[in-house]
Amino acid sequence: MARMATTRRVAVSTIAAWLCGFLIFFPILWMVLASFKTELEAFAVPPSFLFFHWTTENYATVQERSDYFHHALNSIIIAGGSTLIALLIAIPAAWSMAFSPTKRTKDILLWMLSTKMMPPVGVLVPIYLIFKTVGLLDSRIGLVFILCLGNLPIVIWMLFTYFKEIPRDILEAARMDGATVGRELVYVLTPMAIPGLASTLLLNLILAWNEAFWTLNLSTSNAAPLTVFIASYSSPEGLFWAKLSAASTLAIAPILVLGWFSQKQLVRGLTFGAVK
Amino acid sequence: MGRITLQGVQKSFGPVHIIKGADLDIADGSFVVFVGPSGCGKTTLLRLIAGLEDVSGGSILIDGKNVVDTPPAKRGLSMVFQSYALYPHMSVRGNIGFGLKMAGLARDEINRKVEAAAATLNLTPYLDRKPRELSGGQRQRVAIGRAIVREPKAFLFDEPLSNLDAALRVQMRIEVTRLQKQLGTTAIYVTHDQVEAMTMADKIVVLNGGKIEQYGSPLELYEKPANLFVAGFIGSPKMNFVTGDPALQKGAATIGVRPEHLKIERDGAGGWPGTIAVAEHLGSDTFLYVDAGPLGMLTARYIGELSLSAGDRVSLVPDPARIHRFDNGGNAIRS
Repeated sequence: MARMATTRRVAVSTIAAWLCGFLIFFPILWMVLASFKTELEAFAVPPSFLFFHWTTENYATVQERSDYFHHALNSIIIAGGSTLIALLIAIPAAWSMAFSPTKRTKDILLWMLSTKMMPPVGVLVPIYLIFKTVGLLDSRIGLVFILCLGNLPIVIWMLFTYFKEIPRDILEAARMDGATVGRELVYVLTPMAIPGLASTLLLNLILAWNEAFWTLNLSTSNAAPLTVFIASYSSPEGLFWAKLSAASTLAIAPILVLGWFSQKQLVRGLTFGAVK
Repeated sequence: MGRITLQGVQKSFGPVHIIKGADLDIADGSFVVFVGPSGCGKTTLLRLIAGLEDVSGGSILIDGKNVVDTPPAKRGLSMVFQSYALYPHMSVRGNIGFGLKMAGLARDEINRKVEAAAATLNLTPYLDRKPRELSGGQRQRVAIGRAIVREPKAFLFDEPLSNLDAALRVQMRIEVTRLQKQLGTTAIYVTHDQVEAMTMADKIVVLNGGKIEQYGSPLELYEKPANLFVAGFIGSPKMNFVTGDPALQKGAATIGVRPEHLKIERDGAGGWPGTIAVAEHLGSDTFLYVDAGPLGMLTARYIGELSLSAGDRVSLVPDPARIHRFDNGGNAIRS
């Protein structure tokens, strides 16, 4: 009896989980399907689900009209660059807060997080003006800089929680073994924190890849990443749904593949600290 | 050489005084055990010597040189941690050789020294394994290997055996003692287990509330405890303390008699009469917990088997030569 009840409960929750998963995934699926439709079919009511005239013409048009690879390269540089720089700054910062905290460490951490509580649009005008004056508008360096700053609090927080989990004894053992602070970081702390570093890196890569507010507002063509590429197809006049879908599919494909292969790391990163 | 001298060493964390002025002279090559109840400051004192904490006052001399401002690595000491603190991402070889690598030794020399240390500790077959693939005893040996390979002036052990099971603990206790004698290196060993202290130490430091209560050889502590605390802490089962008339007759506020120095007499009239509350028969020993009325509960130990059980009346007669006398302040009275 008990076993039957358990089996049924497992079955019910499995079905519920699949349903939830499908619901969440549905818009992405719909987008991918729409990218293979003609513009007319993409717009049709009632919509056709699978039985329509499959075409890859949208992809060809999109690539012809705007250079996908130019935008993809920008995305890679901006997302990768901002994440790497953020990590370089965050590792020593998180190290010092985790292993030699002062009375104010908690306040600093909260203060850093509080910068994420303000809507970015609140500082759009000053940042835009600064970028304009310094000549950073539509430059990759500018976007790397602003996305790095934007994600830094999250990177530091994540690394801080990871580092907190590393037993102090091991670092003290390294110190007794004659390691300087720098060597302790390189030989002991960083290798031990590799799972944490990896999930922080992945999560921030994804966040930076998908970041649309700053990239849309601070770049037009030269430094424009894939978010701008997508946005160029969302036009108030004309029917561009299929092309928009094709552009979006192309834009999210790399990060989707990366996410798929690193699911385990990501899940660990997102739930880190929740369960010991 | 590894002579360690503490002069008025103090440590406070904010307003809390953990170590209230410790003076100690540890001779080169000796095995010294810091023992005391939890929170007595023994681990803090060890960490001060290691340099992992800064002293608030006083000085620490290693071979006559004050090291309070010297970083841990430069003090020439090595430490074995309670949690082993092995580097999880390095092989046994990497763990043992890490200190030598930090010291900038050539790879060949590191390998030679690591292999020699591994051979001493029977770790040779495990050199290329990661710590997670080792048992608790093997991990402990790796931690010890990491300590000995650097040929330090002294070893610092912070409760290294407390994570091991009882049988392994006894075995490792013997191994550590033997190894220390073989190397002739000074060792400071922290434990809360007085049996470990008695069996391993050349000299014991009994700590309580951040103060050194007594410093002496195990037998000195057993035979001539300086005060009530040491008398009660050293020896198992615990020493019996009696106050009131029997103490006053001896000219003391409290007298203490160890369980093994109480003679057990059946229905005897002399000594301290009482009723057995619990009798423990271990075969080799018999422990009696006797309710002695106004004197309280007394523990008596008999070597061998004694056929007595709960409810039996007995009389406990202290060996007059083995009675310890203490004054009002709890200090031993020597006459």
